[in-house]
Amino acid sequence: MIALARRAVEAATAAGASEAEAYAAEDRGREVRVHGGEVESLSAATQRGIGIRAWIGKRVGYAYGTDLSEEGVTALAARAAEAARVADEDEFAGPPSTTDAPPEAELGLSDPTLGEWSPDRLAELALEIERAALAADSRIAGVEQAVYADSAEGVALVSSLGIEGEYASSSCYGYLQALAEGEAGRETGLGFGLGRGPAALDPAAIGREGAERAAAMIGAGKPKSRSCPVVLDPTVAAGFIALIGRALTASAVQRGRSPFAERLGEEVANPVLALHDDGLDPEGFTSAPFDAEGVPRRRTALIEAGALRTYLYDTYTANRGDAASTGNASRSGYRSQPSVSASNLVVAPGELGFAELLGEAGDGVLVTDVAGLHSGVNPVSGVFSVGASGLLIRDGRPAEPLREFTIASDLVSMLRAVRAVGADARWVPFGGSVKTPSLLVGEMTVAGS
Amino acid sequence: MSELIDAGVAERVLAAALANGGDFAEVFAERNAGLTMAIDESRVEAVQAGAAAGAGVRVISGATTYFSHVDGLDPADIERAAGEAAAALRSERAEPRPLSATRTTPLPIEVAPAEVPAERKADLLRELDQRGRGAGGEIAQFTASYAEVRREVSVANSEGLFSGDDRTRVRIGAQAVARRNGTVETGAETLGAHRGFELFDNDPGSIADDASRKALTLLDAGPAPAGSMPVVVGGGFGGVLFHEMTGHGLEADHIQKGASVYIGKLGEQVAQPLLTAYDDGRLPNEWGSDAIDDEGVPTQKTRVIEDGRLVAYLYDGVTARREGAAPTGNGRRESFRHLPVPRMTNTYIAPGDAEPEAMIAEVKRGFYAVSFAGGQVDPATGDFVFGVSEGYLIEGGRVTRPCRGATLIGNCLEALAAIDAVGNDFEMKTGVCGKAGQRVPVGTGQGHVRIEAMTVGGTEV
Repeated sequence: MIALARRAVEAATAAGASEAEAYAAEDRGREVRVHGGEVESLSAATQRGIGIRAWIGKRVGYAYGTDLSEEGVTALAARAAEAARVADEDEFAGPPSTTDAPPEAELGLSDPTLGEWSPDRLAELALEIERAALAADSRIAGVEQAVYADSAEGVALVSSLGIEGEYASSSCYGYLQALAEGEAGRETGLGFGLGRGPAALDPAAIGREGAERAAAMIGAGKPKSRSCPVVLDPTVAAGFIALIGRALTASAVQRGRSPFAERLGEEVANPVLALHDDGLDPEGFTSAPFDAEGVPRRRTALIEAGALRTYLYDTYTANRGDAASTGNASRSGYRSQPSVSASNLVVAPGELGFAELLGEAGDGVLVTDVAGLHSGVNPVSGVFSVGASGLLIRDGRPAEPLREFTIASDLVSMLRAVRAVGADARWVPFGGSVKTPSLLVGEMTVAGS
Repeated sequence: MSELIDAGVAERVLAAALANGGDFAEVFAERNAGLTMAIDESRVEAVQAGAAAGAGVRVISGATTYFSHVDGLDPADIERAAGEAAAALRSERAEPRPLSATRTTPLPIEVAPAEVPAERKADLLRELDQRGRGAGGEIAQFTASYAEVRREVSVANSEGLFSGDDRTRVRIGAQAVARRNGTVETGAETLGAHRGFELFDNDPGSIADDASRKALTLLDAGPAPAGSMPVVVGGGFGGVLFHEMTGHGLEADHIQKGASVYIGKLGEQVAQPLLTAYDDGRLPNEWGSDAIDDEGVPTQKTRVIEDGRLVAYLYDGVTARREGAAPTGNGRRESFRHLPVPRMTNTYIAPGDAEPEAMIAEVKRGFYAVSFAGGQVDPATGDFVFGVSEGYLIEGGRVTRPCRGATLIGNCLEALAAIDAVGNDFEMKTGVCGKAGQRVPVGTGQGHVRIEAMTVGGTEV
């Protein structure tokens, strides 16, 4: 792989690039979907490809492809150079320099036993998730789908400025969508778990979680429209934290698309809240020794004691913002060029257990699911209104289920209104890699009937 | 039409796929090439050329699908993928039928985008940028994007089908940010089709005007109302509401898994008689159209709701075979790396006979949702949510002021039954629909549609 990447960099230079970078990746993935006690599908896939970034002076272009033959890579390098010629000059464009050579970190990113799991054994694991859900509660009518998926990836990165590195990592997850049958109709509940390999998954717990979430929603009604305390469970809090992570990238800030712009040092959250970006956490799915352009990953404090400490930078935004890269260049495989984004976002857990957090809320709403996070949030102002479901909180305890309501606020007001942070932190892989506990927001608009 | 794999190779691959038994085998080969670029801060950037080729092989045995895909079109690799798909089967060899090639007619493309110099595409973005920024001093930022892709596909299966398609799509998008004091608002518009570069012959810059106009309009917006009220949904992209709240629930995989509120409703009155709706993969050069679906079945026009009665579901091969129904040409996949699933093509509510102005005039206090930022539905429960990107308050039968941050939420069956007027106007818009981790181009359309009562989630209680 590293030889392939070297060849690509040479070809790009030969095609007229003043600097070049090649990212070669190979991914072997498997997926099992089960339904009704039977295997619905069993998939195996190998993907190999390369992406080349070419700079011609201050212009940059990108090309990717799957043809890894000598001629294929040469043609691809030429296309990357052509793309650079079409782009306008950008004074901040350029690859990272060699002074930031990647460390040979041993982060424990791979589960060496992954390959020992046969497709039959993986199918059995997925079936066990489904069985656990059906056994957990008599009101569970079925399971829409139970899924196991894994991926083992190898990455090599080479640049004309002397960066060379490679690493391997693996990940897997299991989830299901359980269906509960109530008098008023069906309810769904999501259960999930993740790890570096299947041994880290607890199929019984995943199935049970889906069943409990679905059953809890039976008979749900609409809450009265009002402003009240709202508790976000970790899956919901993670969605908001991922959005906040996007708004904290230097790219969003520099392009005037962040409610956090020009707020460094300010109190943007309640002092109980601390948020880090951690590209080295062994449990984080995006952890790696170096980022998507070869800069070492690291741990960066974003919000400490409520105050905004820094934004997230890749090389381009660092050049532009007169800052240093925080190792936050990311890409979703060889088909995408690097751009700045959060790695793993980690909210520091507090001391209150979940029951205590509800007690602290007194009377309000517990939100266990949100829909429309991507359509219902204005990325520039941070104003949002999203669909939600959950439970009423009465006298500090969970009460009747609620659905078909919205919660509305804006991201900064919400962070400032966070009154307490739970102790129940977990990893949530939707829309980003986030580890967060439940959050108690002192006041939010709830719109129902 | 170009064939990505020849018949001999396809037959060998299908034989290898059925070596350990199975009821059905298929090989889907694809070659794609695309170019994307953007303009941001008046600078052309993110110029990206991509190309991929590969094949996916699946074997179906009973209720189980075995799938394997490989990058590249080397016959030896594809045969190996077939062996991998077959590896978990334990039955007697099955014999595929000899292939018989079907001629298809891909949608006509006048100007192949790949033949147009990249510099002209960059200039198109510069034109959008000028138009968008020219809309007024309060336009603080403007971005636009260009995308072209050509996908050649070949599909062969053990029932003897051997077909192919050649698809070219182009799309541009514009996004404006307007700022006044502390208020920041965004507006967006897109234009796309299953067509060549000739799509841009007719004033493509108008999408930049539209995006900027929306952002500027919202600067005057007040808070959105909260509560239940009549909602008039605009034409064109308003069709995404029907796509989400009904279309997905009619996809046969959701039906067969018990995860749709439309189960057992075939033949029943689910809407008022004024409503008729279609899924049509044959609309000429429309964004969601193709000559064949990704299983080789010719696309078709399917009436899904006739005078308020539910009359059809949307099938791919697997779901059609399972219940002995005829496939409807809705088996679509994002690429050779994905299994086909039932998907919409172009879904729309047919024009009615109400005048849009009259539909609004009859509303005392309500909400006018012109455009959506997106939406989501849980097909099993029927609960949906939509973010409104352009919305107005209706008071005393008149549109009075723009609202920001509104969301529509409701339940599919209730909202569908509550449609009490369908406008005589009509427009189609382009969308990209996500399902089962796959994104495919879909068209949505309608004229103005009024829903008697729906929950608007705003901040003004």
